[in-house]
Amino acid sequence: MALNLNPNFSEVGKRYFNAYSPGDDFYEMLINAHRDLSDEQSELLNARLILLLANHIGDIGTLREALNVAREGV
Amino acid sequence: MLTTYIYPKFEYRTPPEIASGKTLKVPVVVVGAGPVGLGAALDLEQQGVPVLLLDEDDTVSIGSRGVCYAKRALEILDRYGVGDAVCSKGVSWNVGRTFFREQEVYNFNLVPEPDHHRPGMVNLQQYYLEEYLAARAASRPNIDLRWRNKIVSVAQTGKTVTLKVETEDGFYSVETDWLIAADGARSPIRRMLGLDIEGKIFMDRFLIADVVMKADFPAERWFWFDPPFHPGQSVLLHKQADSVFRIDFQLGWDADPEEAKKPENVLPRIKAMLGAFDGAVDKPAREFELEWVSVYTFQCRRMGSFNHGRVLFVGDAAHQVSPFGARGANSGLQDADNLGWKLKLVLDGKAPEKLLDSYSEERIFAADENLVNSTRSTDFITPKSKASRTFRNAVLGLAKDHAFGRALVNSGRLSVPAFLTTSSLNTPDCAGDTFAGRMVPGAPMDDAPIIENCDAGWLLNKVGKEFVLLCFVDDPKSLDPAVLAVSSAPSARDTAPGSAGGITFADIPLRTVVVSRKPGTVGGGIPTLEDPRGIAAQRYDAKPGTVYLLRPDQHVAARWRSLDAAKVKAAVARATCNA
Ligand SMILES: Cc1cc2nc3c(=O)[nH]c(=O)nc-3n(C[C@H](O)[C@H](O)[C@H](O)COP(=O)(O)OP(=O)(O)OC[C@H]3O[C@@H](n4cnc5c(N)ncnc54)[C@H](O)[C@@H]3O)c2cc1C
Repeated sequence: MALNLNPNFSEVGKRYFNAYSPGDDFYEMLINAHRDLSDEQSELLNARLILLLANHIGDIGTLREALNVAREGV
Repeated sequence: MLTTYIYPKFEYRTPPEIASGKTLKVPVVVVGAGPVGLGAALDLEQQGVPVLLLDEDDTVSIGSRGVCYAKRALEILDRYGVGDAVCSKGVSWNVGRTFFREQEVYNFNLVPEPDHHRPGMVNLQQYYLEEYLAARAASRPNIDLRWRNKIVSVAQTGKTVTLKVETEDGFYSVETDWLIAADGARSPIRRMLGLDIEGKIFMDRFLIADVVMKADFPAERWFWFDPPFHPGQSVLLHKQADSVFRIDFQLGWDADPEEAKKPENVLPRIKAMLGAFDGAVDKPAREFELEWVSVYTFQCRRMGSFNHGRVLFVGDAAHQVSPFGARGANSGLQDADNLGWKLKLVLDGKAPEKLLDSYSEERIFAADENLVNSTRSTDFITPKSKASRTFRNAVLGLAKDHAFGRALVNSGRLSVPAFLTTSSLNTPDCAGDTFAGRMVPGAPMDDAPIIENCDAGWLLNKVGKEFVLLCFVDDPKSLDPAVLAVSSAPSARDTAPGSAGGITFADIPLRTVVVSRKPGTVGGGIPTLEDPRGIAAQRYDAKPGTVYLLRPDQHVAARWRSLDAAKVKAAVARATCNA
């Protein structure tokens, strides 16, 4: 499975009238998840989140590609 | 102070009530002649309601405020008679560039979707908008517009609102059935009635500067995150009319507004920015003249309810959002648009006062959507924590190469009207009727090109103000005779009483408009719009026989695959709280 680099957010049962809405929904959730955490706690949350999502994706090839893209810009 | 604009000074006239000592009695008073109050007065005037419009000042909005007026607001302004003036003076832009530090991350070209009358937005200084609206209002005999008339007290007893008005010649009293409070963010009326508005102040300050460019400059929107000439903050550049460019510098909460405003602090900032604009910081400075500087903070908040007895709040008095996404005046004009027809029906005794609860319900739904969107933009532009900043910068970095990153960059989302999908005025689709597309009950109507009597025009200019039954046919000759029968055009009502199962719409005006793929007319005085390329039919997912019930404010109230007069009647009743 190739890494999808196009906009890909949506929620089942939800109807969107603007293309930006699902991505903005996610981004808000993400930032809210960090609310009131110390920097150290935020780092831990991010690490846990990456592990959860990686396991969910499962496909090592896709994960390798994502790791490469992520690392390129650092 | 401005070199490109002279503020009009509107004439004050001594109100006749000062000499007579009489209390003025009117059905509706609008307080505040900002864009929203002027809009509300023009809306009611078009509905045939006489309006007393009072403002404590005698000119338009001073300095640099609203800039962007979006498509829906322009369509409403068309109905108020100033759409052409705003669009021809305003600046259209399509290209937006986003920078992160010294690099352009990406650019976009908002080529307007074809086959709409109005573009996604135009840029225009707020004072022009107000000047056009004020001139229009002054020309309407049904609007009694009084400048330098200040409301100093307000009281509500039973069905009457009593106002005390102060002028330089003394005081007078006004009694009115309905008061529309369009008196701005600090709303003295809200305060005098002891009403709350809840929300939060954003802990940030912005410096706005209007500069006149001496040389040609592209009509583009430029947004910088963390630029070298203003590290750690954001900067926005926009073109307005008369070659006046508006620049917004984020300052942070700790900045001293008085210091920041001083020319010796503002000018170097602008010079550095223009250097970056030209791609070389060392180039000789571009010539520009500073027109206006101010510092602002903003709040995101709204009232719990927009109607309180006989007082109705509109615009900034009812809700305030951050300027990112330009939702203030845009949404305020939609308040006016939503309120006018409802108040008219209530005043005429054709709908219960409860209909005005739906004004509050629907516009709170819209205000909450605006608050969510502008808060999200604000949080992206001015991250509040280290984690939030890291994510923001990561998005900007990814945006350079990846489409999904670009979709997440949020430097302000264009103001769009709310789809009032949860409104109690909507009639849901019938079980058997399926529709594709976005014209669901509650949707603000999409425009489409049409031809009427050989003249090319626009669908949105042919509907609105009253309820409209929009009937789609392939050929005018094949029109369902039932359509003629439900039309409340006087001729149709007189000649065919009760022929469609005894239904009449004598109480609530309902106009019929036919959209036909083929040319021709249906007769009976019913306007027939030709849809030669089928764009209207496509946007409304219409088949021959499909019928839409449209509200006076151009939202969809109901739709069916075939006409059933009883269902139409029930839907009109529901949309007016007469069910
Ligand atoms: C920096 C900035 C940028 C913005 N950009 C945009 C944008 O791009 N697009 C957009 O749509 N909006 C924008 N806005 C918001 C827009 O300016 C406001 O939403 C808009 O002016 C609200 O209109 P209003 O008629 O509700 O209130 P106002 O314009 O505040 O008008 C209120 C009127 O009430 C009168 N009044 C007050 N008290 C009394 C009294 N006691 N008696 C009589 N009269 C009284 C005042 O004189 C005034 O004329 C921006 C605002 C700011 C500050």
